[in-house]
Amino acid sequence: MKKPPTTRHLPQAAFDILSGTILVFGFTALILLIADAPVLAAFKNIWMGAFVSTAKVSQVLSVWVPLILCSCGLLYTFRVNLWNIGIEGQITMGAIAAMAALRIPGIENPTLLLIFSFFASILGGATWGLLTGLLKTRGGVHEIFGGLGLNFVAQGFILWLIFGPWKRPGIASMSGTELLDHDLWLSTPTGWRVATMGLLVAGSVVILTWLFLEKSRFGLKLKAIGQNPKATLLYGLLPERYYLKAIMITGACAGIAGFLQVTAVYHRLIPSISSGYGYLALLVVMLAGYRILLLPILALFFASLNVGSIQLPIVLQLDSSLSGVIQGCCVLSALLILGIRQKRERS
Amino acid sequence: MDVEFQHISKNFGSVNALTDVSLTANSGTIHGLIGENGAGKSTLMKILTGYQSKSGGTIVINGREARLNSPKEAAVLGIGMLYQEPMDFTPLTVLENFSLGNPERNRKKLRLSLQALASRFGFHLAPDRAVELLTVGERQQIELLRLIHCKTRLLILDEPTTGISPAQKKTLFPALKHLAADGITILLVSHKLEEVATLCSEVTVLRHGSVTHHTNAPFHFPELLKAMFGSVPKQKDKEAQRETGAQILQMQNVEASSERLGLKQCTVKCAEGEIIGLAGLDGAGQSTFLRLAAGLTIPDRGSVILFGKELPKNIKACLQSQRQQTSFIPADRLEEALFADISLTDHFNLKEKQHSFLGIRNNNRVQTEKAITTFSIKGEPDYAAGDLSGGNQQRLLLALLDPESRLVLLENPTRGLDIRSGQWVWDYLRNKLSPQTTILFSSPELDEILHFSDRILVFHNGLIVLDRAVTDTSHAAIAAAMTGMTE
Amino acid sequence: MICDLSLPVLIASVLAASAPLIIIALGETLSEKSGVINLSLDGVVLFSAMAAFVVAKETDSLLLGFFAGGCAGMLTGIIIGYFSIYLHLSQVAVGFALSLLCRDLAYFLGNPYSRIQGPALLATKVPFYDALPSSLQIILTQPLTVWFAIFLIFALYYFFTFTRTGLCLRSVGENPAASFARGLNPGKIQLTAVLAGAFLVGIGGAAYSLSFKPGWGHPQGAEGIGWIGLALVIFGGWNPWRVAIGAMLFAFLQVSSIGLQDLFPGIPAQVFQTAPFPLMIFTLIILHYSTRKNAKQGNSKNKFQQFIGRVFMSRAPKALGRSYRQE
Repeated sequence: MKKPPTTRHLPQAAFDILSGTILVFGFTALILLIADAPVLAAFKNIWMGAFVSTAKVSQVLSVWVPLILCSCGLLYTFRVNLWNIGIEGQITMGAIAAMAALRIPGIENPTLLLIFSFFASILGGATWGLLTGLLKTRGGVHEIFGGLGLNFVAQGFILWLIFGPWKRPGIASMSGTELLDHDLWLSTPTGWRVATMGLLVAGSVVILTWLFLEKSRFGLKLKAIGQNPKATLLYGLLPERYYLKAIMITGACAGIAGFLQVTAVYHRLIPSISSGYGYLALLVVMLAGYRILLLPILALFFASLNVGSIQLPIVLQLDSSLSGVIQGCCVLSALLILGIRQKRERS
Repeated sequence: MDVEFQHISKNFGSVNALTDVSLTANSGTIHGLIGENGAGKSTLMKILTGYQSKSGGTIVINGREARLNSPKEAAVLGIGMLYQEPMDFTPLTVLENFSLGNPERNRKKLRLSLQALASRFGFHLAPDRAVELLTVGERQQIELLRLIHCKTRLLILDEPTTGISPAQKKTLFPALKHLAADGITILLVSHKLEEVATLCSEVTVLRHGSVTHHTNAPFHFPELLKAMFGSVPKQKDKEAQRETGAQILQMQNVEASSERLGLKQCTVKCAEGEIIGLAGLDGAGQSTFLRLAAGLTIPDRGSVILFGKELPKNIKACLQSQRQQTSFIPADRLEEALFADISLTDHFNLKEKQHSFLGIRNNNRVQTEKAITTFSIKGEPDYAAGDLSGGNQQRLLLALLDPESRLVLLENPTRGLDIRSGQWVWDYLRNKLSPQTTILFSSPELDEILHFSDRILVFHNGLIVLDRAVTDTSHAAIAAAMTGMTE
Repeated sequence: MICDLSLPVLIASVLAASAPLIIIALGETLSEKSGVINLSLDGVVLFSAMAAFVVAKETDSLLLGFFAGGCAGMLTGIIIGYFSIYLHLSQVAVGFALSLLCRDLAYFLGNPYSRIQGPALLATKVPFYDALPSSLQIILTQPLTVWFAIFLIFALYYFFTFTRTGLCLRSVGENPAASFARGLNPGKIQLTAVLAGAFLVGIGGAAYSLSFKPGWGHPQGAEGIGWIGLALVIFGGWNPWRVAIGAMLFAFLQVSSIGLQDLFPGIPAQVFQTAPFPLMIFTLIILHYSTRKNAKQGNSKNKFQQFIGRVFMSRAPKALGRSYRQE
């Protein structure tokens, strides 16, 4: 009994995407009307805000980088059915670790510092993820609440650092720590807003994630555990060990995102260093159907929405949260269409 | 209420669960329905309670044809069932469980009814106690009282004495007789012949979906057993007894709780090369036994000693078991041993012991194709395991079995296989695996147990009631032991 | 400054601060008792706060404002209910996405009303104020939301324990299949519970923008409350009393964190503002962990441990989070 060939799914998929797009546009237009805002102007403004110049496009890419890193990381935890809401805290801790490494006294070589910083961020993020994982496996605490609690802790920790030991000389402020020395900034092409290193790292992580998940034994084991944790015992696999491994990998990816936020974007530590990219990545992965194929392009889509709506307050006196509305709506529409289709198939 | 099943049939696709079943149960009688596992008893009851539709035949209640399309319709007609697993609400109190579903709203009235009914039947139930603190027997009592209070006229009891104490049985039996005297019709589905004999005035026997026997009290047990399990088969060429070696598995005073009853006071030794058949009715303890040896179930008391080393009492037991070359194939293949959306090749990849350097998935495609041919699996290496039919899934599991295994544990190895496939499986197990491999298998088919085992363990109610070499026992003795009859 | 706080003032502040959270957490308890978890609480609180403030400002009526908040909550309840009960989608996935959507929708639609003065529900004196000693005078001068929250605790407890509807609801949350077998309609009951619960959450959200933290802004001040509410329900064992006590504990942490600032000048103020959140969640986790340990170790001889175990041990409605499919 063979499964039906995929070609039958294509017109179905096209129809679904079309209805989804109509739903999203329709809902957004409705919201804009309620807010008494010019609908077409808003859409146009977002488009321009993201794509009108190379500087803007590169800014989109600078948002894309942490977003795709976190999304790739989440693929591991979703594969074993874990909801790693703690990813925000993992970004933050990665950033803190990165900053701490950059402040190591006595080392002069900037490249060396950056390398230390990179690995520190991986360690920081992975450790934070491990904590959530241990709370789950040893403490029986659902990863949503463990992760949430640790998000809050990370938030408190970074505030303490910014207003306490690492504060700017003179006045401590919400604008963060002192700017890093210029040689600790990752290089950016002129006129661009995204570091080349960032793009390289993100691209590599995407490829590595694809290889790791699809081509390696580890990826296969994760897949098996996600599908049937009971059966995996018969294949010599203990699910708990792999939960921890998966969440550590996600933490590591998030940590790298934190590293890049510090060294390539803000060049300092700010209270909102994670910028909500963790939660956003959860949405991206949900929309991508928990698979890597569409992840890069969907992350790009969400990133352009983010960047595109930055101008809204200035130009149209609208809150830039409009991007979040569109993003949330995309995911809910996708779920709605999927749910209706599944219900039809069942009856 | 008079119930009459007229020529009831039920098929699930091409499988005939019930064929031309006719049965009459009259008001005020306790009618026993017996048969081995898979005989069709639960299907018949599901049809009567409206959970399943019938494929053919008629059900006549009090002279009129009844349409039983939903549980609600059945309940309205006055049909109630006491399930083996209590369908109740554990954190709620006795009174609350009793009241739910009852149109009566007044708490005081309900409390009084509960107490009146309880004392009438000799049950001692504290109305405000949480149900989860009660024993299975007590939970059953509440359910029984509730059904009576809801004016049930036809009461179906599914294995009512599972998990209740002898003292509670002493209270239950008179209560049931009381109910029958009040005019209620009772259908008693049970494995336990002695209890059936005590309670019922007539008995119908089902086997493989048809009625094989119907008789009134007094009952002759050998007659009933024959109808349940089939006649003693013609002596086929029995496989020669194998040479046995050193002891490889030992259970000392093991007590475990999984399944309904688990296992109690189990002390058994198994030797190298033995083929041991585990007989018993569903849930009697054979599955728990197999899982203890596989390390999947941890004993509450006692120890499991495998190849001289005690299995740890934590989740690592299954790893140690596998490291000592023990293999286990469960009966629920897709739910417990396979991955529905993973390809056959990848199943082999998962089993692979060697690791390639970078952890890259070895392409076991060639090995998979070989296995497909050797084991006659109807499928391609790229098929997902969920796409295979049940029989082919079993072949896949056998193909995945480590041929170097020293202990092979099988739960219903020929389940869902046609005769030829079944024979092939046993040929593989006996002739392709090393003669030093110990095989422990459970099966509902007595013929299979008798034919292939060197030694037989019969389980009943969580205890091993018979442990004999196959030459020292008989079909009749095993059947009797399975139903709890002491010799 | 905490030393400056007299006990009555402290109690009064805790009551005032906990009222909105109690309403929110109790609303979610109602929903979860029937088996449906509404993970979008954080967004719903903000969304209903915004809706309440906007309506109250436009109509100059606090009553309409609160009602609007409740309706806004109910709107999200419709989505959760339809997606999870009818379409059998993952409650976690829908809830999380909806949480972010509601939050951003609140910020977007509420933008024109940012940092504007609007109507606020003030503390009112009780009728027999003059007859009370001064400490009670302080404690009992509260906005109506506090009285509503207290009423809600009693009402919900009574509903769950003594009414037939409450019993039916609890049975659906425990064993929907058995409820169905007894003639109940699990889907309908769950939907009603979700809608009612979400309405209450909306009232709680309104209580923030119209009473406790009047006004709207980006941020409003009620951020993170929804998550605390969810944690309270779970670790409060789905019991109205324990949930309310938990809410008061959190409010105490918030109130005292302002006071503690002066005691620890080295630690920045912002840390104190965020501290209650992780402290609360980890207190709950530790309590949960230690009672789990006690329960695992079987019957402990220590009477105190037994008592603590019974007080804190909780069990989720068995069918929580799973969608029931009728056969």
